[in-house]
Amino acid sequence: MAERLSNREGIKGMANPTRYGIERVAYWLQRLTGLGLLAYLIGHIFETSTIVHGKVAWDKMLEFTQTPQGHIILTLVIGMCVFHTANGIRVMLGHGGIGVGKPGQPEYPYKAASLNYKQRLCIWVSIGLAALAMMYGASVLFGD
Amino acid sequence: MAVVTAPKPSEELISIDKTLDQLNTITLRIARSNPAEGHETTYSEFKVPVKKWTTVLEAILYVKQNLDHAVAVRYSCRQASCGSCGMKINGKPSLACYTKVSELHSNVITVEPMNNFPIIRDLAVDFKQLISNHKKMKPFIIREDSEVTPESKEFIQTPQDVEKYLQFSYCIKCGLCNAACPTMATDTSFIGPQGLAQAYRYVADNRDKGKEDRLKIVDDSHGIWRCHFAGSCSHVCPKGVDPAMAIQLLRGYLLGFQK
Repeated sequence: MAERLSNREGIKGMANPTRYGIERVAYWLQRLTGLGLLAYLIGHIFETSTIVHGKVAWDKMLEFTQTPQGHIILTLVIGMCVFHTANGIRVMLGHGGIGVGKPGQPEYPYKAASLNYKQRLCIWVSIGLAALAMMYGASVLFGD
Repeated sequence: MAVVTAPKPSEELISIDKTLDQLNTITLRIARSNPAEGHETTYSEFKVPVKKWTTVLEAILYVKQNLDHAVAVRYSCRQASCGSCGMKINGKPSLACYTKVSELHSNVITVEPMNNFPIIRDLAVDFKQLISNHKKMKPFIIREDSEVTPESKEFIQTPQDVEKYLQFSYCIKCGLCNAACPTMATDTSFIGPQGLAQAYRYVADNRDKGKEDRLKIVDDSHGIWRCHFAGSCSHVCPKGVDPAMAIQLLRGYLLGFQK
C-alpha cells in the first residue's frame, strides 16, 4: 500500500537491467553474482561440514557433486566469481572517484563523462574474462 | 532597377519541407490515477496529430485543449529549464518538453508519472522529499565573511576553480535522476542522486567552507554509501549534470582519495 502511494518501483524496478545502458546491466549482474556466490558459500559450508559425520558421509557428498549438474553449477560459480571480482575492482575504483572523468562544461548532447568508454570497456572485459574462465573451467570439469 | 529573384528551392528541399509538414497520428496513452481518492491507475488513449518537431508535452497539451481537459500535468517553461515536466515516457524518465515524438520511433507513446515520487494526480508527482533532501545538503556557500561590506573584496575564482563545480550547478531539480536510481526504488530514506550531487557542487566550490558539515550529512547509512554506481542517474539527466560522477568524487573525499 505504502509502495503504491509512494510510486516506488521496488525490487522489480531495481532488478530491471534494461532501459539504462550497459552500466545498469553491470549493476544487475554484480548483484546477481553476489547473491549467487553467497548461495554457493552457504552450500559449500554445508558440503564441507559433512566431513564431521565421517568418511562415508564425506565420500557420499563428493559423489553427489561429481555429477554433470554439479559441474554446471561449478562452471557458473567460476563465471560469477570472475565477473564479480573484475567488475568489483572497477566499481571500487569508481567509488573513490578514479576513472569517472573530470568535471567540465557540459555540451549538447550531454553525454555523461562518468559513463565513459573506459568504464564500458572494463564491463565488457569483466564479462569476457568470466566467459573465458567458464570455458576453461568447463573443459577441465567435463574433460575426463 | 535591378530585380533580385530568389533562387527556386531545389526539389530535394521541397520534399524535405513536405516531410516536416506531414501530419502523422500517434496514440498517446496517459496514465490516470488519483491515489488520494483511492483510484487505481488506468490508461486513457488519445489519437493525437503530430509533426516531426512535436514534443511529448505538446501532444499532452493537445489532449488537454481538445480531448480531455482533466488530464493533470505539471509544466512551465517548455524549454528544459524549469524541470517541471519530468515523467516516464515509454518507460524511461524524461522531460516531456525535451522529448520529440519523432525520436521515440513509435506510434504508441505511453506517459506515466515518474517512479519513486508519490503521485498527486495523473502525471503530476509530489517533489516534497526531493526538495527536502536538497535543502538538507545546505545548498548555499557557507563562510563567515560571505556578507558584502564596504571593506570586503570580490572573491576571485580562476576558470579552473569554476569548472570543478559548474556542471553540477546546472541541476534543474527535475527529479529524473531520482526516478531512474535503483536504490531510490527500494530505499525510502535514501538522499538520492540529486541531493548528493548538490552536496558535491558546494564541496567542490573553493569559496565554500562547509565541507565537513556536508560530509557528515552524507556519511549516513541512507546516504552516499547506498549508491552503487549504476550510472542510471547520469544516463537520464537532461542537462549533463552527471550526478554519478559527482557522487563518486564526493565519496572520494570520505575515502581519502580526494583532498
